[in-house]
Amino acid sequence: MDAIKAEHLTKKYKDLTVVDGLDLAVREGELFSLLGVNGAGKTTTIKMLSCLTKPTGGDAYLLGNSIVSNTAEVKKSIGVSPQETAIAPNLTVRENLEFMCGLHGFSREKRKQKTADLVERLGLAQVLGKKAEKLSGGYQRRLSIAMALIGEPKILFLDEPTLGLDVLARSDLWDVIRLLKGKITMILTTHYMEEAQALSDRVGIMKDGRLLALGTAEELKARAGKDDFEEAFIAIVKETV
Amino acid sequence: MRILIFSGRTAKEILRDPLNLGFGLGFPLVLIFLLSAIQANIPVSLFEIGSLTPGVTVFGLSFMTLFSATLLAKDRDSAFLQRLYTTPLSAPDFVFGYALPVLPIALAQGAVCYVAAILLGLPVTLTILYAVLFLCPVSLFFIALGLLFGSALGVKQVGGICGALLTNLTAWLSGVWFDLDLVGGIFRKIANVLPFVHAVEMERAVLNGDFSGIFPHVWWVLGYAAAAVALAVYFFLRQMKRQ
Repeated sequence: MDAIKAEHLTKKYKDLTVVDGLDLAVREGELFSLLGVNGAGKTTTIKMLSCLTKPTGGDAYLLGNSIVSNTAEVKKSIGVSPQETAIAPNLTVRENLEFMCGLHGFSREKRKQKTADLVERLGLAQVLGKKAEKLSGGYQRRLSIAMALIGEPKILFLDEPTLGLDVLARSDLWDVIRLLKGKITMILTTHYMEEAQALSDRVGIMKDGRLLALGTAEELKARAGKDDFEEAFIAIVKETV
Repeated sequence: MRILIFSGRTAKEILRDPLNLGFGLGFPLVLIFLLSAIQANIPVSLFEIGSLTPGVTVFGLSFMTLFSATLLAKDRDSAFLQRLYTTPLSAPDFVFGYALPVLPIALAQGAVCYVAAILLGLPVTLTILYAVLFLCPVSLFFIALGLLFGSALGVKQVGGICGALLTNLTAWLSGVWFDLDLVGGIFRKIANVLPFVHAVEMERAVLNGDFSGIFPHVWWVLGYAAAAVALAVYFFLRQMKRQ
């Protein structure tokens, strides 16, 4: 079954078309990357799919629920880790997680169990009592992903999860994301070629709000006739100019 | 239940910021002690404790606007608010969650000011308790302003508008430092149509046990509080829709 099905999804701001008739299907359990340069429409696509902004045209169905007419049901099944690190700065790591548990209406016992589970999965044990604003960038991103997972989402949106991180922090976060693969449907936006190639089951290349190409990294390389994924990306993007 | 959880987070964010404690608590206390020390050395009754303390408590409440506006603006800028929009929180949860926890903080600030005043010789009477309670509508006005500015402005703008402009307006147009009649003219007229001097006069009347003296000032305070709340809710819902 498709976890996500977008049909002619469009977003316009006055005269500017940011997402232009996007058609997309993402299978359950898949890690799907939206790859593109700045301004390609990746974040806007995520915002529409996660009901943070209303589409101007078209629709998308997340686990059968429309983002236009059934946003409440959609929100119950998704988690979002925004591009900006969206954490409560003066709360500790534990308090941030318990705060999100409380918002989702978990009992005290379930909060403890959920917090302990995510701390272990995301490797946050050694920073549990630390204020979130004092964490390194890598740990803040891990906390952000943990907070997105609190509601037990079936679909997880990761918007530029490794933006601004050093190479070691990025590698650690990739390991965390790999552990989630297969257990949850993930949509990841990135402009890092190696990230899309290393993590994704399939990649969608976006430019100027349109989906130019869709497939596995190998399929995209074959389509562009290139051995290198970055060269394939450049060729695909440029061939539409 | 969600309102309580969200309120708890708001309270922690505000109280754990050392600058907030410094400005929110330290600044009014410094003013009370400093101006009382000045009063002890001058022949005229300029900063008499019974008149000064209500003024300083109202002035101190202007920092509640800064605290709540800064928190909301930071949440918007950092996308934390966007994250919260994907949770089951409703619009009333947000509005009450940002506003409600600041009220006890505001009343506590006022109470601490009156305790300091007692140490400096303010007679202990039941009217002090009433004066703290009458800070509720004044607090609501300043808190609602915080929600309004936090919804409409960025973090840097909040610092300028709420931190500098509003605190100065509250100070100069409330009659805390000087009798507004000494300036008179257009200055007095402008002050009379704003809520600050009315809040101070209402507080002074309550502290003095002159409950008929709270009129018409209490109507000005309630009117401005109601308007601020309405505008705050409107601007918050508007930014929520935009985001």
